[in-house]
Amino acid sequence: MGIRIIKAGMMTTVQDLGRTGYQSQGFPVAGVMDVRSFRIANLLLDNPENEAALEFTLIGPTLEFTADTLIAITGGDFQPTINGEPAPMYTAIYINKGDVLKFGSARTGSRGYVAFSCYLQIPVVMGSRCTNMKSSIGGFKGRKLQDGDYINFRIKRRYLRFFLSRTLDLDEFDQEDATLRVVMGPQDYMFSKQGIETFLNSEYTVTSDFDRMGCRLEGPFIARKEEADMISDGIAFGSIQVPAHGKPIILLSDRQTTGGYPKIATVASVDIPKLVQRKTDHKIRFKAITVQEAQRLYLEEMEELNEMRKKIHQPCREVLECRQTARRMRRLFEAQ
Amino acid sequence: MQNIKILTAGDSSLLVEFGKEISPEINQKIAATVRLIHDQNIEGVVDVIPAFCSLLINYDPRIIRYEQMKKRIEGLIRVDVRKGSQIRKIFEIPVLYGGEYGPDLPYIAQHAGLSEEEVVKIHSSSDYLIYMLGFLPGFCYLGGLDERIHTPRLANPRKKIPAGSVGIGGSQTGIYPLDSPGGWQLMGMTPVKTYDPSRKVPILVQAGEYIRFIPIDEPEYLRIQELVKNGEYECAIRYEKEEA
Repeated sequence: MGIRIIKAGMMTTVQDLGRTGYQSQGFPVAGVMDVRSFRIANLLLDNPENEAALEFTLIGPTLEFTADTLIAITGGDFQPTINGEPAPMYTAIYINKGDVLKFGSARTGSRGYVAFSCYLQIPVVMGSRCTNMKSSIGGFKGRKLQDGDYINFRIKRRYLRFFLSRTLDLDEFDQEDATLRVVMGPQDYMFSKQGIETFLNSEYTVTSDFDRMGCRLEGPFIARKEEADMISDGIAFGSIQVPAHGKPIILLSDRQTTGGYPKIATVASVDIPKLVQRKTDHKIRFKAITVQEAQRLYLEEMEELNEMRKKIHQPCREVLECRQTARRMRRLFEAQ
Repeated sequence: MQNIKILTAGDSSLLVEFGKEISPEINQKIAATVRLIHDQNIEGVVDVIPAFCSLLINYDPRIIRYEQMKKRIEGLIRVDVRKGSQIRKIFEIPVLYGGEYGPDLPYIAQHAGLSEEEVVKIHSSSDYLIYMLGFLPGFCYLGGLDERIHTPRLANPRKKIPAGSVGIGGSQTGIYPLDSPGGWQLMGMTPVKTYDPSRKVPILVQAGEYIRFIPIDEPEYLRIQELVKNGEYECAIRYEKEEA
């Protein structure tokens, strides 16, 4: 009992927060690109924060359910429908056996997520269920999903307390320009003063060279101090490397574990979703903040997610009003 | 070591730069720091990624903040790693050199102006330090290849090099952990799997350890290959005290 992939879409993979702890042995961390949307999808269903979900890019999949479950859809707007009727996003939805969930192309954003209350039956490889396509491990057979694939559910779970409260404000992804806050370093010292100024004061354009490994930007040349040799080092999620051609490349989930180009800055964790939800030709600007500021923003976002969790664990207003109504009616009966 | 730099790499990582050169001393210092970090079990550390002369530390800012992390690391790198007290861990990797297993061995020999036997002898008579792992799961960047057998990469990289291939690329030598495209000159093959996702420990070796290549013949290759297939092969490991 699970989901049949009727149409796989452009790039649909099983992902979680990544295969951490093995980067030192050459394993890319992989994992979701837009961590925030992923977390919200799981949160809406009371799933563990790292439960595997499906991530899709630009053109979403069509899924047929062979069991009842609950789902939550987050991220960009892929115009989801269930049996042809528009389906709400950022909301827990009942799904009946036989229902068909269809995603179209991304009207806003570029990546979407769907989480399941019955959990996907995907083996844990080295601590994670995420797909690492380059090494062909994890996820569904180590690859992206194809038409006709079938994924079982692990458990039966179709009850959620406060079900009617389980809806949150939509994150909007319709803006075309984004300013990404960055922490300078680790190799900002290899760039000239002018190079740093160019980087922080120019507009860059997202090219079509944009996948789970990284995002190449087009724009003004970022000058280095001298052509000093750089020796390969480890790469963090959101590192902005600048090869000799002077154009930034932002390294993302499927990045190589180490690399030999100087990294001028690193995108703040809270702003990576803004980047990964952009499309080709969208504009990017960079703004430097301190590491303390970036960590404060990160903790604030975690607090915001906690607030969301609280919000969906309260009886919703309609339910409260409904009880009031019932009470009034009872009084009427008692009066008789 | 006063020129060690702690640099920010975003809000969830920091980079410790131990120098700007590839040397066994720096690498040893890095390996020792990695051991210290693991021993101390610093809460919030997610991954520790050693490279030639740097160490990337990924951490969770929900558990430990930048200032605290930096202070902990500053404390660790002050610890003196005494030379001479180190034990070398050397993995003996059996290799069948030449023939169809190493199609580029004739070219390597010709380029070096040596016989194939001499090339094999040189290649298999030193311990190679594993500076770092990267590029592919389990791919080792090895240091210490004898200059006489340095060989430029293929002008036209192969589309698929089988896992287990041993080759030379410029001044480096190494083993392909899985099938991969590549431009290295192939000199032999090992039946040992340096990477096996189905094994309890998928990656055989770690940065800071050593590899020694041991020449074997075809019957031995096939015998080991069979053992590996049944999960019965254990790579020989030699321990040696480092000279002070």
